[in-house]
Parts: sequence; C-alpha cells; structure tokens
Amino acid sequence: MFETLDPVVLARLQFAFTVSFHIIFPAFSIGLASYLAVLEALWLWTGREVFINLFNYWMKIFAIAFGMGVVSGIVMSYQFGTNWSVFSDKTGPVLGPLMAYEVLTAFFLEAGFLGVMLFGLKRVGPKLHFVATLMVAIGTLMSAFWILSANSWMHTPAGYAVNADGQFIATDWWKLIFNPSFPYRLAHMVLAAYLTTSLVVGAVGAYHLLKNPRQPGARMMFSMAMWLLMIVAPIQIFAGDLHGLNTLEHQPAKVMAMEGHYQSHPDGAPFILFGLPDQDAAVVRYALEIPKLSSLILKHSLDAPLAGLDTVPREDWPPVPITFWSFRIMVGLGLLMAALGFLGLWVRWRGRLYDSRPTHRFALAMGPAGFVAVLAGWVTTETGRQPFTVFGLLRTVDSVSPLAAPAVAWSLIAFVIVYFAVFIAGTVYILRLMAHPPHHGEEGPRGETPSRAAGITPAPAISTRRFG
Amino acid sequence: MDYDLATIWAFIIAFAVFVYVVMDGFDLGLGILFPLFRQKRDRDVIMNSVAPVWDGNETWLVLGGGGLFAAFPLAYAVLMPALYTPIIAMLLGLVFRGVAFEFRWRSQRERNRWDMAFFGGSLIATMAQGVALGALLQGIAVEGRGYAGGWWDWLTPFSVLTGLALVTGYAMLGATWLVMKTTGELRDEAYRLSRWLLLAMLVAIIAVSAATPFLSYDYSERWFAWPNVLATAQVPLAVAIVTALLLRALAQRRDYQPFLLTLCLFALSYAGLGISIWPYVVPRSITIWQAAAPENSQLFMLVGVAILVPIILAYTAWAYWVFRGKVDPDSGYH
Repeated sequence: MFETLDPVVLARLQFAFTVSFHIIFPAFSIGLASYLAVLEALWLWTGREVFINLFNYWMKIFAIAFGMGVVSGIVMSYQFGTNWSVFSDKTGPVLGPLMAYEVLTAFFLEAGFLGVMLFGLKRVGPKLHFVATLMVAIGTLMSAFWILSANSWMHTPAGYAVNADGQFIATDWWKLIFNPSFPYRLAHMVLAAYLTTSLVVGAVGAYHLLKNPRQPGARMMFSMAMWLLMIVAPIQIFAGDLHGLNTLEHQPAKVMAMEGHYQSHPDGAPFILFGLPDQDAAVVRYALEIPKLSSLILKHSLDAPLAGLDTVPREDWPPVPITFWSFRIMVGLGLLMAALGFLGLWVRWRGRLYDSRPTHRFALAMGPAGFVAVLAGWVTTETGRQPFTVFGLLRTVDSVSPLAAPAVAWSLIAFVIVYFAVFIAGTVYILRLMAHPPHHGEEGPRGETPSRAAGITPAPAISTRRFG
Repeated sequence: MDYDLATIWAFIIAFAVFVYVVMDGFDLGLGILFPLFRQKRDRDVIMNSVAPVWDGNETWLVLGGGGLFAAFPLAYAVLMPALYTPIIAMLLGLVFRGVAFEFRWRSQRERNRWDMAFFGGSLIATMAQGVALGALLQGIAVEGRGYAGGWWDWLTPFSVLTGLALVTGYAMLGATWLVMKTTGELRDEAYRLSRWLLLAMLVAIIAVSAATPFLSYDYSERWFAWPNVLATAQVPLAVAIVTALLLRALAQRRDYQPFLLTLCLFALSYAGLGISIWPYVVPRSITIWQAAAPENSQLFMLVGVAILVPIILAYTAWAYWVFRGKVDPDSGYH
C-alpha cells in the first residue's frame, strides 16, 4: 500500500520525527544536570535545606527526562545505518570517530554515575555524591561537544579528503573537529539548553508562587531562573548573531532562505519581518519589510550589497518557507526570553519579585518556549542545509539506504505510535511532579522510609503524607 | 599496519558487544522473567536490583553500534538495512523497557501497564537481537557497497531458533542474577527457575550448534576439518564442564557461582560464534579488512579506547560496588 511513496521522503520524515523528539530531552537534561550540580554545590557550601529539597525535587524530574533522552538517543545512533546507509558508508571514517568519542567520553560518564546520583546519596556520602552529580553534568556537556562537532562538520566540512571509494577521510582531525561553524553552534546550543531549563524552572516556580508567594522552594527556583535568564538571554542573542554571520560566510544560501532573499540586493537589502515565501515563483508574497535592515544586521552597513538565491543554482536551493518561518519563531521567542529576564530584574529592583502576578503569569506562559525555540532553531539550520547532508558535497537523495518504501513507512508508523505513547506518558508524569511544590524533607528518587524501599516515591503518596 | 588495526578493532567491537550481552543480558532477562513473579513486592525488588546500573549496561550497545559505524563503516552500511526490521523492533522494545524503570513508580494505577511494557519490551528486544544474530550467521546478500537482499531475508527457521536461544539464555542470566541479589522466597523461586532454564539453554545451544554447520560450507569446514577439530572440539568440551559445575552450584546453593558460570557459558558460545564468523564482518561477503575505515580513523579512535575504556570499566565497577550485596526488600539497599 506504500509502494507509491518516495522512500527518501519517508526516510527524511522518520529522521525529522525521531530527532525532533530526541532533541527536546537533551536540551532539557543538559541544563538540568548543570542546575542540579549547582544546587548540590550550594547545599554543600551553605548547608541550607532549601537547596537539597530543590535538588531532590528536580532530580526526580531529571530521572524521567534523562531516561527518555537515553532511549530516544539509542534510536538515533542506529538510524544512520538503517535509513542512511550510503551516508554512513561515506562519512563513517570522519563522523564515526566523533560519535565513538561521544560514547566513550559522555554516555558512559553519564550512565556510569547516574545510578549513584539517583540512588546513592546515603551509600557514598554527600561529597562523593556531588562528584557523581558533577560527572553526570560534565557528561551531558561532553555529549553536546561531540555531537555538535559532528553536526557542524556536516554544515561546514573541513580537514577531510575523499578516497577512491568515495568515502570522506580525515586529513587533519583538529580542523575536522573544530570546523568553522562548530564554536558558534556549540555555544548557541548549550546556551539554548540553559535557557530552556531556566524557563521550565522559572515556570514551575512561578506556578507555585501564584498559588503561594511564601513557598520557599518556589521563591528560590524563580529567583535563580530569572537571574540566569537575564544574563544568558542577551548573551544568546549575541551568540546567535555571530552564528548567523558565520553561516553567511560558509552557507550563504541558508541565510538567504532564512531572510527570504530570493533576489539579490545590490544597494542594501531590506529585512522582511513577515511574508509568505512562494518557492515556485521565487518571491515573498505580502512581505512587510524594513528597508536596509538586513544589510545592517548581516554586513553591519546600510548599503552593503547582499546576494540572493538568484545567484545559487536552483537545484541547490533550500526550502525557503520552512527555513524562513522557523527562523522567525526562534528569534521571536529569543526576544521574549530576554524581555522576561529584564522584567524579572525590574520587579526584583522594585522588591516585587515574589508577588508580581503578571510577571509570574508571563514566566508560566514562557515555560515551554525554550523547547519550541530549540526545535525551531534546529529546523532552521537543518532544513537550511538541504538539499545536502554534507553541505555542498553529498546530496540527501544520494545518502539514503537502498530502502523499500513499505519498510520505511511501517517503521515510521511504529515510531510515531510508540513515541507518542511513551513520551506523552513521561510528560504527564513530569507535569504531575511539577504540580506539587518542593517541600521540607523532599525525598530523592529513592526514599529513605522503609515502607517505600521500592524506590522512587509515588507522587500521590507525598501529597497525602505531607499535605493531607 | 592496516591488517593489525582492523584485527584490533574487530576484537574491540567484539569485546563491546560481549560486554553488552553480559551486562544488558541479565537485565533483559529479568524483564523476560517478570510475568512469573506476580507479587508487587517481588517485582519491586527485581527492578531495584538493576535500576542503578541498567543505563550503563545499555551504553555498551551504543559503543558496539557506534564502533562498527566508525571502524567498519561499510559493514555498518550493509548490515543495518539488511537487519532493518529486527533492529527497529529491538529499538522500539528498548524504548518501552527503558522508560518502564522510571514510569512504573509514578502511578499505582498504571503500574501494571508499565510492568507489561517492561516484559514485552525486554522480550521483543531480546528476540530481535537473537534473530539479527541468526540472520547475520546465515549470510547477507551484498552487491557493490550496499545490501542487495529482500526485506524478509532475515526471517528463517534458523534466525527464529537463534532468537529463541537468546531468550532462554538471557532468562537464565536474569534468574541467576536474582539468585545472587535476593533472599528468601524470591531466591528460592529463582533457584527453581534456574534449573529449568539451564536445561532450556543447553537444548538451545545444542540446537544452534547443530544447525550452524549446515548453513554453509565455510562453517562446517572450520569446525570439523582436521586438524581444526582438535581446537574447536575444546569448545563443546568446555561447555560440558561448565554445565556440570553449574548443576553442582545450583544444588549446593552457592549464590554467586551460578551467575558467573552462566557468563562462562555465554563466553564459550560467543567464542564459538567468533570461530564461525572470523574474519568476516558480513559473513561470506565482506571481511574486516575490506570494511575497515582508513587507518588514521582507526588509529585516532584507538587512542581514545586505550585510554578511556579502562577508566570506564573502573568507574562502572565502582558503581556496581556501591550497590553490591543483596537487595533487602524492607529497607532498600543497606
């Protein structure tokens, strides 16, 4: 029944679906792991109970998010082979080692110390336990390092040659790993992960402050999140700008797609605020433009000429509408994040951080914004690389496995069903945990009370015992 | 130099896969045995006995797959499409059982559902691994640099047999793990199961061993030709000895021995497998040398493996040490 479908389209859909699901969890767990390390450090340093309560509270959420990240990540690691085997054959010699190093330096570190972090506080003592937490946090960052290096290489390949079998081989590992777009991409992603986490933490804090402005855990969460947001959001905008300039240098067609520049502008390009890009006609319909702004942003000069997609062969065009819109969603949310950060600073200065209900409502609404922005940014950069898997060198249509459409279609359906079943359940469990405020004597995933030696304390039991 | 590196990498990947089989094998086995334990309390103890370590166990699967991708990209590119269905089934099974570790504590009402997910996911993942192994052994059609067979080539009576064999083997590992980690009635039940599973596992080993030489000329030649047989005959002999020791350990109720001896059976079966396959990475189509990544890729990773794997093994051992001893159902870990 699926013979008429294009296996390349199906394989791309499957990859987009599984990677989009997956990216959500690392984006959250990278930031959360660092947050947990900070909380435990503060607890060890100050001895204040609020920190260990918050630590245990967020650790339970981390355990669920991390578990979902692990299982969806294993799928990703095999998907290169199952659906993109020609890509695997050709890029294996350069990308394989980077991913192998990710496993060796990051996955094992996270997984090895995760058990001790989740269940071992009473077994190894606070200091050693903090080391375990720190290792998990470092592991998540190492993972980001390697996977973004590999990903960046696909955007801005460097340090390679091509052998007789058509495989990419390394000529200079240093150049290959630290390829031109890697530093920008890594910074942008890690900052995004921190923003995502602080938005979630801030939203949970705000939610409980709206119910009870005196709740000590909620106050601490909200305050920490607003500090981080205020500092990191502007840095992220700056980093994003640098990343954009880097992209203009190495992947101009992607920037043209993001900006919606089908035509070249010899004397200053306008910035298109909104519009409907029409790929076939190569125009942006109903465009609302600000004259010269695009040149100002990208070239830092009002009248700088800017090339458009008309200078690029048509078969090398990325799909403009998707890139154009996902970019706007990301940037818009980024500006809102910065606004929330400064609003937080303002109400703090006015002494109303814990009872400014509009601020809390705004923070609550912004809770999922980080995930949406990460997804939109991911779509922008990955769609903008099309029609190539390795930019300029290996086309997507030439990367795919010798696939039969029915096999890909059925597996895609299976992934959709399983992912929705599993990850919606996980999200519900996380939200249920978040619905309760952190409280005095918050237990970690393994409670100390004998009656629940079984491990992670069921949330309903907490509420009846502590608040019933 | 090329030859040495490819051989070294073949052993590294074989090692990673074996560590995976050893470590994830017993926790998948626990999932397979789950329906036999109906009491919530027993199930909680079973989950607790692996909750702190399962994630590390599964990481070896990523190293095995990732290592293959990096060191033998051609083999990876051929094998993954050839084993498409079992691999996807395995991944989906692992998704279900992986999340069950956390999810089953989250809701009283839905716990049974996640218990079933833990069982079903473990069973499917194990069966899929065994089937994939069988499909690999029976040979894979290759043309040029790609897979050239059909989408159902992996499904044969032989691959179903290897799938069932792995299910019994992992279940045996799970049962003997429980013998080691539990006390009281749960341990008694685990002892009872171990005896039956040992029998099933032996039948499975014999069946697979008997069927393998008929798959192709290569395998029988390797096993039975004179003087090879002098060396290969040691494998079944060792299996017989280990089985005798296992029976004694089960009879004398020595809690730690059955698990370790079962691991020996796995090691022997694995060695037998290696004898059959060597030096092919895609049996009868692609050798390790043909599939090898360029020397500088293999060398670059070798540095990392040489430095990092000992460190990984050390902290993994430490994590196991932290959670050593019997799981006490009344007070979590003591």
